[in-house]
Parts: sequence; structure tokens; C-alpha cells
Amino acid sequence: MKKEMNQYVERLWNGLVTENPTLVLMLGMCPTLAVSTRAMNGIGMGLSSTAVLVLSNLVISLLRKVIPDQVRLPSYIVVVASLVTVTELLIEAYLPSVYDALGIYIPLIVVNCIILGRAEAYANKHGPGLAVMDGIGMGLGFTIALTLAGLIREILGNGTAFGAQILPKTMEPIGIFVQPPGAFLVIALFIIIMNAIGIKTRQRKLVDGGCDGCCAACAAACDKREEVSAQ
Amino acid sequence: MKSLILIIIGGALINNVVLNQFLGICSFLGVSKQMKASASLGVAVIFVITIASAVASLLYDYVLAPYGMDYMKTIVFILVIAALVQIVEMFLKKTSPAIYTALGIYLPLITTNCAVLGVALTNVQSGFNFLESVLAGFGTAVGYTLAIVLLAGIRSRIREEDLPEPLRGAPIVMIAAALMSIAFMGFSGLSF
Repeated sequence: MKKEMNQYVERLWNGLVTENPTLVLMLGMCPTLAVSTRAMNGIGMGLSSTAVLVLSNLVISLLRKVIPDQVRLPSYIVVVASLVTVTELLIEAYLPSVYDALGIYIPLIVVNCIILGRAEAYANKHGPGLAVMDGIGMGLGFTIALTLAGLIREILGNGTAFGAQILPKTMEPIGIFVQPPGAFLVIALFIIIMNAIGIKTRQRKLVDGGCDGCCAACAAACDKREEVSAQ
Repeated sequence: MKSLILIIIGGALINNVVLNQFLGICSFLGVSKQMKASASLGVAVIFVITIASAVASLLYDYVLAPYGMDYMKTIVFILVIAALVQIVEMFLKKTSPAIYTALGIYLPLITTNCAVLGVALTNVQSGFNFLESVLAGFGTAVGYTLAIVLLAGIRSRIREEDLPEPLRGAPIVMIAAALMSIAFMGFSGLSF
């Protein structure tokens, strides 16, 4: 029993730290860069994605013996797209301010590499309990990274944290950090720090691999691409 | 006429899909290593996004909107795009092997490129008609191509430089992208 418990805790730790989807695996870069203008947006986006990820992991894990191998990616996309639509409608109804802030990036959770990536790499090989824990760990890891990026950008670019004034009003905030370029700079800074303290990210594979390296769905495409170029 | 030209310019420069809206970042960072690959991917993206915008616009106007199925658009669009890429791939393979060898290997990558879905959804949200959607799609894709080809050019220079160890790989590419993004912010002065 104890060993079984550890397995579940290990999944959480794996998602939060060892394989943090944003900071270590470098997945889901689009939403990370786009919505991290405010710490609150980071939490909103992170938790919406977590909800979708946990449910999609659960559904895909339950269906793993039913879905034929050849059509698994389209099946996953249908499952994820349905869940995203439900989440979008719920957010629109109950959290209109979050809906306005995140805009088009909510439906784009469908193409978030983390979700298809976890379906392909984990949920279709493991039982529902472990898959849900994996979803929670990965989702929270994503949420924390997003919120952290949002917090840094909000403090530097707007002088506030979670909407509360932090820096003295006399200090002019560096506006560029809440503009698009700030997103690239803050994420670059994260990776520089991780590199400097010696945490291996997968970024070398991402950048030097030649192939997109972006997600499991791409991985299928990548295999095909390599086949074609080998011919 | 003027508004149609503005849609193209707006999509390509002012609201650049990669540098301003952060769609398609994965392939932007992943494929920009080589100039030739970037240019081929860019052409493939122009091809797919333009067709996908046209199909998505027709589907929305004639199927989803009249039957009040607006909420189905995410599911429908993603499936249509995935199917469309497959069809385009098969069509090219059969009819023009030359284009297929040039673009074919990049086509599957585009299915999961969030820029395609992003453009389709943005067009619907902006209430564009068929012609405007196609032009907006084309403009956006040109913007993507411009950004990825420019980044590939910058990266071929960076490769020669002796960088500090922690900056090597992704960080320096991100910093280059940030500088490009600052440059593209200048185009926001173009909005008429």
C-alpha cells in the first residue's frame, strides 16, 4: 500500500519539479508567452489547462484499451477539443473577467502540446488513478511556471503583483515587460538561470534536433518526416 | 479595397502572429535552425493557412452559424484542419511531386501548429466574411514566414559567435526573438 502511495506522490513531484512541462520539457510555449502579462492571468490559464489536462488524462486512460492504435491521435484531439469547449463555456458563464483576459487562448488549449503530449506519453499506458495524478502534477507545474512568469512581468512592467501596487509609485515601470518582447526576455532569463545552475532542460534537443521537438503529436509527424527524408 | 489591403498588412506586420500573438512558437523556435527549412516551412504554412481560413470561413458561415452551433467551432475547426492537411498532402503527392518533395515533409508538422487554428478562430471572432478571412489568413501566414526566415538569418550569424555557456541554445534565440519583436512593435504606428 505504501509503495502504491509513493507512486502517486512521485507523479505529482515529477510534474511539479523533475519534468516541469514549461521549465524543463519546454512544452506549451505559446500560452506561456502569450498570457503571462499578469500573475492572475497565469493562474487563470494554468488552472483552466489543468482542468482540461486532468479530465483528458482520465478519459484517455479509461479508453486506452478501446481506442485503436492507428486512430489514436485524432481520437485524443476529439476528446481534448470537447473538454476544452466545455471549459470555455463554463469560464464564459462564471468567470467573464478571466474569459475576457484570456480571449482566444482558451480555445487554443486544444493545441497545447502538454495535453496531447501527456495523453501520448503517459495516459494511454497507465491506469486512471495514476493518469489523474500525472495530470494534476503537470497542470500545477504549468500553473506555477506561468504564474511566476506573470508575476515577474507584472512587477517589472506594471509595478504591481496580483493587481496590488508593489513598487513605489515614483519608480517608472519598464513598460516593455508587459509588451510582447518582455515575454521572450523573461522566458529566456528563466532558461539562462536553469542552465547556469546546471538543471538540464530539453531545450538543446528542441533547438538542435532539427525536427520540431514540440510535442508527441508532432513526434508522429517527425517520424514520418524522417522516413520521407530518408528515402 | 483599402480595408482589404489593411487586413493583409495588419496580419503580416502589425499583429505579427509569432512575435505579437505568440502562435506557432514551437515551430518558430524548432525549425528556424536552417534557412532553407525555414523558407520551405513558411511556404507550406502560407499554403495551409490560406486554404484552412477559406474552408473554416465557409463552414462557419454556411453550417455552424445558421444552425446555432457556434460552440462547436473549436472541435470542427481542429478536425477540418487535420483532415485538410492530409488531403492537401495526398493531392500534392499525386499531382505535383516536385512541390510535394519541397513541402510534403513539413505539412504534418502544421496540423499541430496553433497558428492555423488561431487564425481560423480569430477570423470568426472578428466577423470577417469569406474574402476577408482568406486575405487575413494569407497576411498572417506571410507574417509567420517573414518572422521565421528573419530568425533563421539571425541564427546563422549567432552560430559563429562565442557565447557564454548558459546563453547557448534556446536563450539566445529567445533574446533574438525579443529584439525582433521590439522592431516589429514599430509597425504598430502603421495602424491607420
